[in-house]
Amino acid sequence: MLSRTAENLYWLARYMERAETMARLLEVGYRMALMPSAGEGYRNEWASLVAAAGSAAGFEAKFGEEVRQRDVETWLFFDRENPSSVVSCIETARQNGRAVRTALTSEMWDALNGAYLELREIERRPRSAAHLPQLCDWTKRHGAQLRGATEGTHLQNDGFDFLNLGTYLERGDNTARLLDVKYYVLLPTTDMVGGSIDTYQWTTLLRALSAYRAFHWSYGGEYSPRKIAHFLILNRACPRSLLHCQEKVGEHLGRLAQAYGRRIIAHDRLGVMLGELAEARVQDIIDEGLHEFLTRFIYQNAALGQDVADGYLSGSTTMRLPTCA
Amino acid sequence: MLASSAREARRGGEAAIGIFNEMFDGEKVRPAYAGLVDWVERTPREVLEQKKQEAEALFRRIGITFAVYGEGGDTERLIPFDMMPRVFTEREWRRLERGVKQRARALNAFLWDVYHRAEIVRAGVVPADLVFRNEAYEPAVVGIDPPGRVYSHIVGIDLVRTGPEDFFVLEDNCRTPSGVSYMLENREIMMRMFPELFRSTRIAPVDDYPERLRRTLASVASPKCDGEPVSVILSPGAFNSAYYEHSFLADQMGVELVEGQDLFVQGDFVYMRTTEGPKRVDVIYRRIDDAFLDPLCFRPDSMLGVPGLMNVYRSGGVTICSAPGSGVADDKAVYTYVPEMIRFYLGETAILKNVHTWKCADPEDRKHVLANLEDLVVKEVHGSGGYGMLVGPRSSKEQIAAYAERIKANPSDFIAQPTLALSTCPTFVAEGLAPRHVDLRPYCLVGREVHLCPGGLTRVALTEGSLVVNSSQGGGVKDTWVLAD
Amino acid sequence: MRLSVRHTTLYEFAAPVRFVAQSHRLTPASSGGQTVLDWQVSAEGAVFGSAFVDGAGDAVSTMTVQGPVERIAVLVEGTVETTDTTGVLRDHRETISPRVYLRPTRAIELSRGLLELRDAALARVAADRALERAHRLAGAVADAIAYVPGATHAHTTAGEALEQGEGVCQDLAHALIAVAHASGIPARYVTGYLFTGGDAGEAAHAWAELNVGDLGWVGFDPANRCCPDARYIRLGSGRDARDAAPIRGVARGGAAEAMDVSVLIDAQQ
Repeated sequence: MLSRTAENLYWLARYMERAETMARLLEVGYRMALMPSAGEGYRNEWASLVAAAGSAAGFEAKFGEEVRQRDVETWLFFDRENPSSVVSCIETARQNGRAVRTALTSEMWDALNGAYLELREIERRPRSAAHLPQLCDWTKRHGAQLRGATEGTHLQNDGFDFLNLGTYLERGDNTARLLDVKYYVLLPTTDMVGGSIDTYQWTTLLRALSAYRAFHWSYGGEYSPRKIAHFLILNRACPRSLLHCQEKVGEHLGRLAQAYGRRIIAHDRLGVMLGELAEARVQDIIDEGLHEFLTRFIYQNAALGQDVADGYLSGSTTMRLPTCA
Repeated sequence: MLASSAREARRGGEAAIGIFNEMFDGEKVRPAYAGLVDWVERTPREVLEQKKQEAEALFRRIGITFAVYGEGGDTERLIPFDMMPRVFTEREWRRLERGVKQRARALNAFLWDVYHRAEIVRAGVVPADLVFRNEAYEPAVVGIDPPGRVYSHIVGIDLVRTGPEDFFVLEDNCRTPSGVSYMLENREIMMRMFPELFRSTRIAPVDDYPERLRRTLASVASPKCDGEPVSVILSPGAFNSAYYEHSFLADQMGVELVEGQDLFVQGDFVYMRTTEGPKRVDVIYRRIDDAFLDPLCFRPDSMLGVPGLMNVYRSGGVTICSAPGSGVADDKAVYTYVPEMIRFYLGETAILKNVHTWKCADPEDRKHVLANLEDLVVKEVHGSGGYGMLVGPRSSKEQIAAYAERIKANPSDFIAQPTLALSTCPTFVAEGLAPRHVDLRPYCLVGREVHLCPGGLTRVALTEGSLVVNSSQGGGVKDTWVLAD
Repeated sequence: MRLSVRHTTLYEFAAPVRFVAQSHRLTPASSGGQTVLDWQVSAEGAVFGSAFVDGAGDAVSTMTVQGPVERIAVLVEGTVETTDTTGVLRDHRETISPRVYLRPTRAIELSRGLLELRDAALARVAADRALERAHRLAGAVADAIAYVPGATHAHTTAGEALEQGEGVCQDLAHALIAVAHASGIPARYVTGYLFTGGDAGEAAHAWAELNVGDLGWVGFDPANRCCPDARYIRLGSGRDARDAAPIRGVARGGAAEAMDVSVLIDAQQ
């Protein structure tokens, strides 16, 4: 397929996934804000969300230092000046989709374009009518609709692989960031650990990842950072865990190598990463420091994304004969 | 009460003498529309109204949009779709078909001739300067032999009807006639919404058009192509007003939709950049203008084209559809010579009539035009899409005076034609059904064979009395039916 | 006269570029005034292809380089046997109609000054004396625009050069084409080489051809006040300098480029 098409599919999936993460972040913020304030030691929950979304500088430039809920909602959901806001992500996803309209099934395009058209309706309505939890649900629903349409109608060909590479590279990155918010940003002091606020925050995080019940089923009711870290990093059954995401990336890279009869650098890098992650124990991660571990993961995951771009998406003009994988 | 809804379409004050109503002959329903009138009269008005809304929603979801030049703001405006189809009998269509094919053959023969020995100029049939000094005549392709001697692979002929047997050609489109996606989508929507109509009436299908286009393109692949030809559609990109059509066609044909950046030249061929490495391209159906095709041959600032493409084309490594330089055949001044072309190349008499055209470059004609502006339609020779034209009978004295000055300043840029009494077709408007003026663009494919798709794009002027059907000027579209006997 | 040419065009990019494509009109065609004995265009690391002869009889081909690349040297080497045809282009195979060369381009757009120049030049020449009219126009252009290297730039138009009163061979050729058009004479831009016998002249050169009645195309070199003779090698033609350019290219990756051209011509009598 055209390199540009592959690139558009890849980014279409990444941006849809990112839109969902923004919605999930907003949901975390909304639920946490419902708790009574936890005192002096805390930074405002909303501020930590903006930081986790990776757009603190842009927010401050626009709204100033004081972080208010309404401004964060605006910034993370509606603001076109924020390239990662839900609106920006869905628009970018649709632009990518529109550029490769022929590579999408009509069901996929309907899901994508439908989300875009509804979004414009939402924007036209008075803001008071847009209740945050509903907006978050709306976003997740459309993400699920597109993935469902992809799964159910798209040929399981290389295009499907590029879509999935986008989804899982982005999702791995997003889970790592969300986990990092909870562990590093929200709770800088250890004396809170295990308290009711701590528990509340963990549940919120799990809920935001649509993994609250799944966690219960797998681990029983008790929350410990150790269990949750295991669940979100090393449990391959959890669809948002880092290991699951990487295995999915591996699966689709493998299919591409087979279809094209050649491997790229990404295959080697993933092999190393996956080997390490599959053998890791929670204790190793805690010893390294969760934040340090997650930072390293995010960095390696980005490098993997770059390998995929170089190997498939940039349109190399080198005439080459296929070599066996 | 219901019976009146179709019947009233005949009145609407129009019945303005001399205007051909496609549905009614006096009180009588014309044969082509018999089934349709029957259906309209049986269907409650609320149902029709509801269907109309469904159709619009369907259209928007599917994504047909049309950027209206110079309007700004919302670049994805919907083109109005009218549910009432425009119908031809098989007999009417057969004659049209012969006329359109004849014209498409003659135009291609003309193009091959003017880029070779220009016999038609030597014979004194077409003036040399009209060809060689024409801005659309492309010196870079003189002597080049496109496969099958085909230059214009998709010919769109704009037709109007003024009487039962009277069809006039308004203009020829030899470069990249647009709108065929509307033809296909209009039909798709009609079939989804009114399956009972299609069950009770035998209507010639149009949905094989993409496949025929694909085969047409493959049939003109370069002789250097070994194996199954690879065809692509070259688009300027998602910001082009016709992008929807480009992607729709690519999808329906099962070919790649590429932009300039996806292609590159090496050695004797053009390649596309794919995830598996470079892949050779044999036929390019381009939807970008000549000037932007190749910065090494035409506009050096073009970012839309492919550097080196023209050399590959000229050395026979790739086929470009339509061929660069095809525009010289659809120039509005060259248009006046098409009946002579048909005689010269085919030895036949033109089946479809030309509209009488005064060339403002000619002093006698100019005098006539300037003296009769209030009765004429004046067009820019190189203009398109209904922009920059003067419709005399619908213009103010001031507008006419201003236009006269433009003609005097650059007479050779203008031609004038009588205001034709375009036929009307019943159309849903706010008050119900009413007659509105229509034209027709059928699509003729020219490869190793010539094929006319049985249908086309009927454009309708939605404003009462208006003769301007361009979608950029508030026109709408209708499905076009050709009945099988 | 046997002329041997060695013409190097060196491109250096400030940063490596990803892709370079060039269209070359670098190979002369044999005609009454010149026989090409041997001729070669080369560049290290480049792919050549898409060769053909266009309607005006010029050999054209494409050169591409897949980067990253910082430096490209295009080398043209060859030998041509020339004879003096007093400027008349004889036995040149071309199919294009001369009427095409009456169309304006930006570089040869008419100005009031050019029209006055034409009027003055043709004041006392009968309309049917085509060759004499052509000579008068060439002479008038040579009188009006002094040959001053570096006086103008690549995009200077004929009208601007005339106003300035100085220019290089490109400007003089453009001006002559413009006034010829204004007189109803088809005219085109010609590129080539000029053997100047070792003194510092322009070895890469440009002049104009005017289509003069029964003679057909006749060359006029206003910069040297003569018609091309055995010292000239005709390379290619076009409607103006851009259209006729021996090399037209693009580099993707957008780094600033520096170009250096050197032409050496030797003659064996």
